[in-house]
Amino acid sequence: MIAQIPMLIVVIPLIFAFLCPLIGLWRKGPCYYWTILALSLCALASIDTLFAVIHGGAIHYRLGGWPPPFGIEYVVDHLNAMMLVIVSVISLTVAIYSKRSVEQELPDKVVYFYTVFLLQVTGFLGIVITGDLFNLYVFLEVASLAGYALVAVGEDGAPLACFRYIVMGTIGACFYLLGIGYIYISTGSLNMADVYQILPQMYHSKVVLTAVAFLLAGLAVKMALFPVHVWLPDAYTKAPSAASALIAPLMTKISLYVMIRVLFSVFKPVLSIDLLPVTDIMVWAGVIAILGGAIMALAQTDLKRMLCYIVVAEVGYIVGGVGLANATAMKGAILHILNDAVMTVGLFTVAGIVVYKTGRHDLSDCRDLFKKMPFTMAAFVVVALAIIGVPPTCGFFSKWYLIHGAVIAQHWVFLGALLFSSLVSVILFFRVIEIGYAFRPSHGGHSGGGHAAAIDEAPLSMLIPTIAIAIAIILIGLYNQTIISNIIAFAVPKL
Amino acid sequence: MFEFIVSYYNYWIYIGLMMIGFYAMMAKRNLIKKIIGMNIFQSAIIFFYISTSVKKGATVPILEHGGHGHEHVAHAVDVMQYANPLPHVLMLTAIVVMVATLGVALAVAIMIYRRYNTLEEDEIIMLLKRG
Repeated sequence: MIAQIPMLIVVIPLIFAFLCPLIGLWRKGPCYYWTILALSLCALASIDTLFAVIHGGAIHYRLGGWPPPFGIEYVVDHLNAMMLVIVSVISLTVAIYSKRSVEQELPDKVVYFYTVFLLQVTGFLGIVITGDLFNLYVFLEVASLAGYALVAVGEDGAPLACFRYIVMGTIGACFYLLGIGYIYISTGSLNMADVYQILPQMYHSKVVLTAVAFLLAGLAVKMALFPVHVWLPDAYTKAPSAASALIAPLMTKISLYVMIRVLFSVFKPVLSIDLLPVTDIMVWAGVIAILGGAIMALAQTDLKRMLCYIVVAEVGYIVGGVGLANATAMKGAILHILNDAVMTVGLFTVAGIVVYKTGRHDLSDCRDLFKKMPFTMAAFVVVALAIIGVPPTCGFFSKWYLIHGAVIAQHWVFLGALLFSSLVSVILFFRVIEIGYAFRPSHGGHSGGGHAAAIDEAPLSMLIPTIAIAIAIILIGLYNQTIISNIIAFAVPKL
Repeated sequence: MFEFIVSYYNYWIYIGLMMIGFYAMMAKRNLIKKIIGMNIFQSAIIFFYISTSVKKGATVPILEHGGHGHEHVAHAVDVMQYANPLPHVLMLTAIVVMVATLGVALAVAIMIYRRYNTLEEDEIIMLLKRG
C-alpha cells in the first residue's frame, strides 16, 4: 500500500469524483464532505511523498510494472513533490471554503460542481506527477475540460468567455501535442528521462527547433503569457467564485511547472540557453507580461478582473525568472510558483467573500468592507502586502531572489519591470483599501457614523480558510530558508 | 523543389488542413464554424501522427500461436517489415480527447444559444454590452 502512494494521489480524486454523482442521487449535502475527504487523503499522500522524497530522493513508479521507455512512469522528484503538495493543499483549502459560496451561486448544481471539482484536481495532480510526455497531454486536457465546465456555469457572459477559453485552450493543447509529435519522430520515445538521454545528438536538427517552438507556444497559451492571455481575464472573472479560486492559482502555475519540466528535464539546459535563444526570448516575454499585466490591472474597475491581470503579471515574473537562467533567479522562480499559488488563492477567496456578501465584484462594491468584515479584510491586507513584496510575507523573498538573479545576469530591464510592477501593485491595493475604508464621506452629512457599517462577517467556513491562507503566507515567508534548503535547492536544474 | 513537395505530400496536406482549421477558429464569427474549425485543426494533427508511421507493404507487429505444439508464427519481427503501432494508439487517445472537447464546446454553444438566442459572436457581445 505504501509503495502505491504515487498512484493513489491521482486515483483517489478520480474514483471519488465518479462516486460523487451516486452520492448526489441520495442527497446533496454529503458531496461536500465527500470532496473534503478525498482531498484530505490526497493532501496526506502528497505530504507523505514530499517527506519521502526529501529523505530518500526521487521516487519512480512504473504503471503496471512496465519498464520506462515502454510503459508510463510516474516520477516524483523535489520539484514535483512540492507541486503535489501545493496542488492538493490549495484544492483542499478551496474545497472547505466553497460550501456556502456554491450553495448560493449554484444551488441546483452542487453535486456536479464537486464532481467536476474533483476531476479538475485529478488533472492537475496527473500533470504534475507524470514522467511521460503524452500522459502529460492527456492530463492537461482532463484539467482543461474540467476547467471549461467549471467556468461555463458562472454568471452572465460566462458561456461566451468559456467558449473563447475552449478555443484558445484547444489551440494551446494541440500545439503541445504537435511538439510531442516532433520529439517522438526524432527519438521514438515519450518518456522524459529517455528523451533527455537520446535527444542531444539531434540538437542541431530543425525538427528539435520546431518541437521546442510548438511546445513553448502551446504552454504559453495555457499559462496565459501576456500576448496570448486574452482568455484568462474573462474566464476567471465570470467563473463561480469557488471555481476561480481553484483554477486561477493552479492552472497557470502548473503550466509554468510544465514549462520548467520541458526546458530542463526533456531538453538539456544547454539547448535552450546556448544553442537556441529560448531563455533570452523568455526574459523579454516575461518583461512584456509584467508590464502588460500591471498596466492592464490599473485600468480595471472590476475587482476580480483586476486580480486576473495581477495573475498575468505574476506569470511574467516566473517566465522571466526562468529565462534569466542562473541558479539564483531559478530559485526565485520556483519559490515564486509556491508563493504566487498561495497569494492568488488568497486574493480570489477574498474576492469570493465579497461576491458572497454583495453579489457583485466591482471595485465600488468594496465600500465599507473594513468595517463590515474586519477579519476578511485583514487577510486581504496580508495578501496584498505579499503581492507588493513587503517582508516578512512570502512575496518579498521570491522577489528578492528574482531581483538578485536579474542583477547577476545584468538584465536591468527585467529588474526595472519587477520594481515597476511592485509599485503598480501598491497603487492597485491601496485603491482597494481606500475604497474599503471609505475615507470619503459617502452619505451626505454623516461623516463617520456607524449607520450602515455593522459587522457583517463572512461565514466561518469561508473565513477560516481565508485566514489560514494569510497565516500560511507569513509562515512561508518566515520559513523560506527551510523550504529553499530542503526542497528548492534540489529542484533547481543544474545549469 | 517539385520533388521535395511531391515526396512529402502528406505533410503538406496536414499543414494545409491545419491552417484552414486555424483560420476558421480565429476569423469566423459564428460559434459553430469555430467548432468545425477546431475539429479540422485537431484532425490535421491526427493525420500528421498517423502519416509518420506509414510504411508501404508493412504489416502489424503481432505474434500468433502456431497451433498444436508448433512454433509461434510471427507476421513481422524485423523493424523494416512492420508499421509502428504506437502513433495509432496515441491517436486513439487523442481522438477521445478531441471528442470530449467537441462535446464540451457544443454543450457550451447550446448554453449560449438558449441564453442569447443567437450563435453569432458579434450579436452576443452586443447583447452582453446592452446589459
